Amino acid sequence: MIEIWIDSVISGILLGLVYGLAALGLNLIWGVMKVINLSHGAFIALGMFFAYFLFTFGLNPYAGVPVIFLIGVLLGMVVYFVALHRIIDAPELSTLLSTFSVSLFIIGVGTYLWSTSPYAISFDVGTISVGGMTILGTKVIAGAVSIALALSLYYFLYKTKTGKAVRAVSMNRTAAELMGINTTKILALSFGIGIALAMTAGALIATIFPFTILSGGVYELKSFVICVLGGLGSPIGALVGGLIMGILENVMALQIPTGLVPFIEFTILVIVLLLRPTGIFGGEI
Amino acid sequence: MILEVEGLTKRFGGLVAVDGVSFEVRRGEILGIIGPNGAGKTTLFNLISGVYKPDEGRIVFDGEDITGKPPYKIARLGLARTYQVVKPLNELTVRENVMVGACFGREYLDLDSARRVADEVLRMVGLMEKAELPAGKLNVPEKKRLEMARALASKPKLVLLDEVLAGLNPAEVKGMLKVIEDVRKRGITILMIEHLMHAIMRVSDRIIVLDYGKKIAEGKPEEVANDPKVVEAYLGDPSLVLR
Amino acid sequence: MRTIAWLLALILILGFLPIVTHDVTLRETVFLILMYVALAESLNVILGYTGYVSFGHIVFYGIGGYVAFVLIENYGTNIVLAMLLAGAFSAFVAYVLGLAILRLRGAYFAIATIGINEAVKALVTNLNQLGGAEGIYFNMNVYRPYGGAENAIWFAYYLMLAVTVAVVLVNWKVKRSKFGLGLMAIREDEDASLTLGVNTSMYKTIAFAISAFFPGMVGALFFFKNGNIDPESAFHLTKSIEMIFMVMLGGFGTVSGPVIGAMVYERIRGLLLVSFKALHIAISGVILLLIVLFVPRGIVGFLRERVPVLRRYFE
Repeated sequence: MIEIWIDSVISGILLGLVYGLAALGLNLIWGVMKVINLSHGAFIALGMFFAYFLFTFGLNPYAGVPVIFLIGVLLGMVVYFVALHRIIDAPELSTLLSTFSVSLFIIGVGTYLWSTSPYAISFDVGTISVGGMTILGTKVIAGAVSIALALSLYYFLYKTKTGKAVRAVSMNRTAAELMGINTTKILALSFGIGIALAMTAGALIATIFPFTILSGGVYELKSFVICVLGGLGSPIGALVGGLIMGILENVMALQIPTGLVPFIEFTILVIVLLLRPTGIFGGEI
Repeated sequence: MILEVEGLTKRFGGLVAVDGVSFEVRRGEILGIIGPNGAGKTTLFNLISGVYKPDEGRIVFDGEDITGKPPYKIARLGLARTYQVVKPLNELTVRENVMVGACFGREYLDLDSARRVADEVLRMVGLMEKAELPAGKLNVPEKKRLEMARALASKPKLVLLDEVLAGLNPAEVKGMLKVIEDVRKRGITILMIEHLMHAIMRVSDRIIVLDYGKKIAEGKPEEVANDPKVVEAYLGDPSLVLR
Repeated sequence: MRTIAWLLALILILGFLPIVTHDVTLRETVFLILMYVALAESLNVILGYTGYVSFGHIVFYGIGGYVAFVLIENYGTNIVLAMLLAGAFSAFVAYVLGLAILRLRGAYFAIATIGINEAVKALVTNLNQLGGAEGIYFNMNVYRPYGGAENAIWFAYYLMLAVTVAVVLVNWKVKRSKFGLGLMAIREDEDASLTLGVNTSMYKTIAFAISAFFPGMVGALFFFKNGNIDPESAFHLTKSIEMIFMVMLGGFGTVSGPVIGAMVYERIRGLLLVSFKALHIAISGVILLLIVLFVPRGIVGFLRERVPVLRRYFE
């Protein structure tokens, strides 16, 4: 009996890492430019589809990850210039609606091209047996890749010059500009990375679960809950929040019908917003 | 005493922005607050107006303990403030901006009465010709006057002015000082943060000096100007006291 | 004065056309238009005046629909009472929800509303008492007190017209009231409003409740007419998107904007569905983006700025 629970927790941790990765993307964009990216879910779904298509063209889905990441950065930068640059300093309402419209566009085109039927990647990497439990290999790799990417992001932000510029811009854009940083490029790049993280998370999820163009919405809600739980300004918060979410979800699935999960997640969101809106790891509100 | 502040302390994580500050404001006076950047002056205003809750200390306004009260309640009691970085209600007209002050301030007027008060105040600050313009279309000095007008329209007993002279040219400074004089003549007490030394020294009855969140001096302008602690805070060397 | 005069005239003339001609097809089209107008005007109170984007706003339409349906099907409540109770319950839900999420700033509020539609839909789908995923069907006897289904539908139509007129009037009254001024101050700068004396949390909560009341009634009327209700139609995400789109297209924060936005959108929608079918969401996305980037004040806002003479007519 206890194995089922431990199995749940481990699955939860692994999945939670991927959720954390997705939430990191949302977190980064919020941190750097104070924009809530409502196209987050749409890009997660897009990442799922890109992984699928690369796979059908014979590419190992994990080899596809760097490709998708790169595509994500480029796409993100394009979206930044098209939908955000002009209104980056406008009131929140504008960027909320503009990212929302991007999401409409992606979902609209996606539905047109791929309909709302489920797709799946069947890529078997076997399973790992620990104790009496079997863990899906895809989950393990997804978790590992997420950790790797999170560490790379950390390295980028704290050990490279561009990364420092990103952090400078997120602390004080005017000051950064005055110190000679090309803030436009940094904003575009940051948005790109945020999108890339979302798409990559999507690609990883696609190796584990079936998906449709509308799946993004579910993960977007999760990402928001995670970010609020962990604290919108904190990358560590995103990862920890992701882990909590992943574990909670998997453990809940044992007792509660899956249809109710969005409701529970939403309730958690509201409760956290009520009790501790700055999240576990703080950050300004 | 219209305002009594006792042992006010505010911490942000490890930083103590305001550290055990105590002072009193006499009815009808102009009390200036000066200090180097980062001394905690605006934080002090945020505490008094209710935007921040103090970690320690008490604030008594016109005999009533307002510590921890929400900002809107404090505004209704007759305490108005302006912001260092002006906050115009951009899409509303200049008149509507001022009407907000009149409608939700101490007198809590209805729209028609608020309109009359707004016009009166707009004339006082010299913004009447621009009354129908959206506030976002004003230039910076005009926005500062709007900020002032809005605060005055709420018929305050005490008004907190946060660097209303910043960014103004000498002629504009003169104009704004005249408005401040008019405000004082109406019996409104003024607490003002300012960096423009000659202006604030000239116009204030008394001055308080903050440095690193602590009050380091209090008294008449000339006394404060010669206080070695104050000189040290600004220039680093107490022996640089003039006169 | 002028604005409300021609707006009401427009709605009443449009509304009376099917009554006068007794044309059932026209009635269905106008019912839809009136619905859109009412939904857009409702959203305008929280989005347009207060500046808080409510992304899942259709949830109140769905809640109203279910409340009315259950009352009518199980207790034989008459539609007028059911409609009012549906609206009141939606407003109550908004109030309670608002207590939790309106304390926070616009962006956090928006996030919270994103999940709400999905959450309630998931909840209702899993509640067997509410028919689960299949929903509930009317026992045709519920139409007997009205003299049969056809009469009942006409009655629902009259009520819809009344609700639309009501919501436009409420919008107008709010805009010209002290309450409305407070809301708009919150939209422009919430911090400044607070220190100017506006009780922002109370005002936001009231605005949110008002904005939920009318969709509740609209939902009640629509599903009464429809004869059945299910979670997918009641909590249809696209409708939420359409509501935002209509308000932005017409011009948020004005009384006439959402009306115009709703009417224009209804026509466009027909066109889009016919010519572009599946891409209509994508195209709405593009248009919304263009509006946000270049014409953020919508059709009415644009007119008000470029043609000052029209300002009195397009408040």
